[in-house]
Amino acid sequence: MKFSGGVHPAYHKDTAGLQIEAMPLLHRYVVPIAQHLGAPGKVLVAKGDRVARWQPLSEPVGFVSVPVHAPTSGTVKQVAALPHPLGRPMLAVEIESDGEDRPWEGLAPLGDWRSLDPAALRRAIQAAGVVGLGGATFPTHVKLSPPAEKKVDLLVINGAECEPYLTADHRVMLEQAAEVMEGVGLMMRVLGVPRACVGIESNKPDALAALRRACPADVAAEFVLLETKYPQGSEKHLIYALCGRRVPPGGLPMDVGCVVQNVGTAVACLEAVRDGLPMTERVATVTGAAINVPHNLRVRVGAPLLDVLAHCGGVTPDVGKVIFGGPMMGIGQFDMDVPLIKGTSGVLCLRDDEAVLYEGGPCIRCGACVDACPMGLVPSAMGLIAERFRFEELGDWHVLDCIECGSCAYVCPSRRPLVQHFKRGKAEWRDILEERRAKTERDAKRAETAATA
Amino acid sequence: MLVPTVVLSGIGLLSGLGLALAARAFAVETDPRQDRITEALPGANCGGCGYAGCGDFAGAVVRGDAKPDGCPVCDQETRRLVASIVGLTVQDRAPQVALILCQGGDDVAAKKYRYNGLASCASAALLGGGDKACGAGCLGLGDCQRACAFGAVEMTPSGVARIIPARCTACGQCVAACPKDLIKLVPAEATIHVLCSNHDRGPAAKKACAVACLGCKKCEKSFAEDPRIKVADFLAYIDYEHAPDDPALAALCPTGSLVYRGAAAPAAERTSS
Repeated sequence: MKFSGGVHPAYHKDTAGLQIEAMPLLHRYVVPIAQHLGAPGKVLVAKGDRVARWQPLSEPVGFVSVPVHAPTSGTVKQVAALPHPLGRPMLAVEIESDGEDRPWEGLAPLGDWRSLDPAALRRAIQAAGVVGLGGATFPTHVKLSPPAEKKVDLLVINGAECEPYLTADHRVMLEQAAEVMEGVGLMMRVLGVPRACVGIESNKPDALAALRRACPADVAAEFVLLETKYPQGSEKHLIYALCGRRVPPGGLPMDVGCVVQNVGTAVACLEAVRDGLPMTERVATVTGAAINVPHNLRVRVGAPLLDVLAHCGGVTPDVGKVIFGGPMMGIGQFDMDVPLIKGTSGVLCLRDDEAVLYEGGPCIRCGACVDACPMGLVPSAMGLIAERFRFEELGDWHVLDCIECGSCAYVCPSRRPLVQHFKRGKAEWRDILEERRAKTERDAKRAETAATA
Repeated sequence: MLVPTVVLSGIGLLSGLGLALAARAFAVETDPRQDRITEALPGANCGGCGYAGCGDFAGAVVRGDAKPDGCPVCDQETRRLVASIVGLTVQDRAPQVALILCQGGDDVAAKKYRYNGLASCASAALLGGGDKACGAGCLGLGDCQRACAFGAVEMTPSGVARIIPARCTACGQCVAACPKDLIKLVPAEATIHVLCSNHDRGPAAKKACAVACLGCKKCEKSFAEDPRIKVADFLAYIDYEHAPDDPALAALCPTGSLVYRGAAAPAAERTSS
């Protein structure tokens, strides 16, 4: 099934043919404690401590929280607020490598997942700090623990990789096909679902063939080649494309019986259980016209951006913008001192002439954004409202359903900063809702006291 | 000629009579005190009290939901009048004025990226806290100016907001509008202020902005005992309960983040009258 809207940006998947290369050991790593959505963990190490590779640096606080682990052995230089890819300095552990890469003795491999019960698998996945590698970095064990009242019957595996430029998932599917499919089987066991459905965009038929070949006999997976269209990898759109179910507004995939996991996450889950290995590395695409030697890199989490760029031959003098993630939804970086984190699917280096700052013009009511919006919203009207600071009206236009995919801004002939408006609008509308809720509560309490008095 | 005149006058009289009767029959009972309070209030409908306007606030005062001195805009005289209408008394309150605790314009403060988007501080603040290298600095896109119902906020040519004390009524709308929490209400008679909100250590603060408070404590140490300016977390604070009043203090500050804005200062910079 095809979803409505969406766009066809230039894909630039030039790195699709490059084998994953392991990044050499660095002298220094900066590991932020908050690399996932949810509560940041509690730091377990202090300045001067010696740590081993895979040793936990933090412990989870609560259920929606995961630990982070040391990417190599060495000494803790500092635990402080350091530059973070999300823009604000955040608590991080800086490790000076001792070059030994000594593994931690506390690793606890569980062996074959087929003989383990789901609760043990979930615990191992949380302890390994596994988060969704598609970019949203939601803790994987939470997604794998649907509440009892939600009947989940389908595991959706996201191999769409619809963002232009990025090829990390593509390479993982080609080079680690067997591990991906083992991981899929493992997640199906955790969820107790009878089947899985793997969605891959039509520009990666080789990945689909590789996964199908590698699929073990006891893993009931279906493979579907999807239309190449952005944002095919958005979980709501992927679910609709694969099985025709629509996630209700404000709802989660599990409301329609689905759980969506990225292919890289499947591998991480398998490694966490089979080998007891925490998530301390990921595959990231380093690409763009302004990088000298593009790579698909297996990079350890916490590797400083400058070192990664240097390994790829450095940036060209005409570099204009460095983005973590893809060009549509990635986050532009202004500080080259940030580390790569679990959610960094790619580093995109654009030339100055590609990273043009457009001065947004007035809305000409052409409606191109309405056609492009994959969520069926009316970005033109919402943009006009946001521009006038009338945020309380945005709720009527379902601003919270906006997935910030950028399709509207991509097609806008007037170059309006629509996504920016909606990010602000969503924040303001949430504040308004919170205020209203608080007011209702206050009024109820007042009425109660008045009634008793 | 006569007939239409009579007919029209008749219709007019009848309708007038109808309206007069309707006004009696469907009259809305309002507390006369509410009208008197509304009359007494400034009538700017600024919302500084937290109600939808002066009339709404007056109603709340009559109902007992709002305190009679809840209007931040009106003077002491008016507060007393409002309180007397509902038979209450109010305590005297020192007049306040808003103050923007940043003077890091584009000429002195570094930027970390080029911001391109909605000209609103709150939007810019969503992107890594804004484009100023200083994490606490004024973003200069005028959210406070738009929030002010009295035209008391101006943007300096270098792109920071500044309060025009003569117009400021201390209603607090700008305080709420600033996403960087840079605006504070201070006693109007205070003359010495620390116009910085940066808590970074000296070198980091200096790198981000030439007029940042470095936390050097020169001001604090100038007091033999009982300092009225204290440094906490690398930022100086004025003890406004016992505000200092010595123009020479400002000269101690190596960066100019400690300023004198009293009667001896140039008119444009005064915060106190």
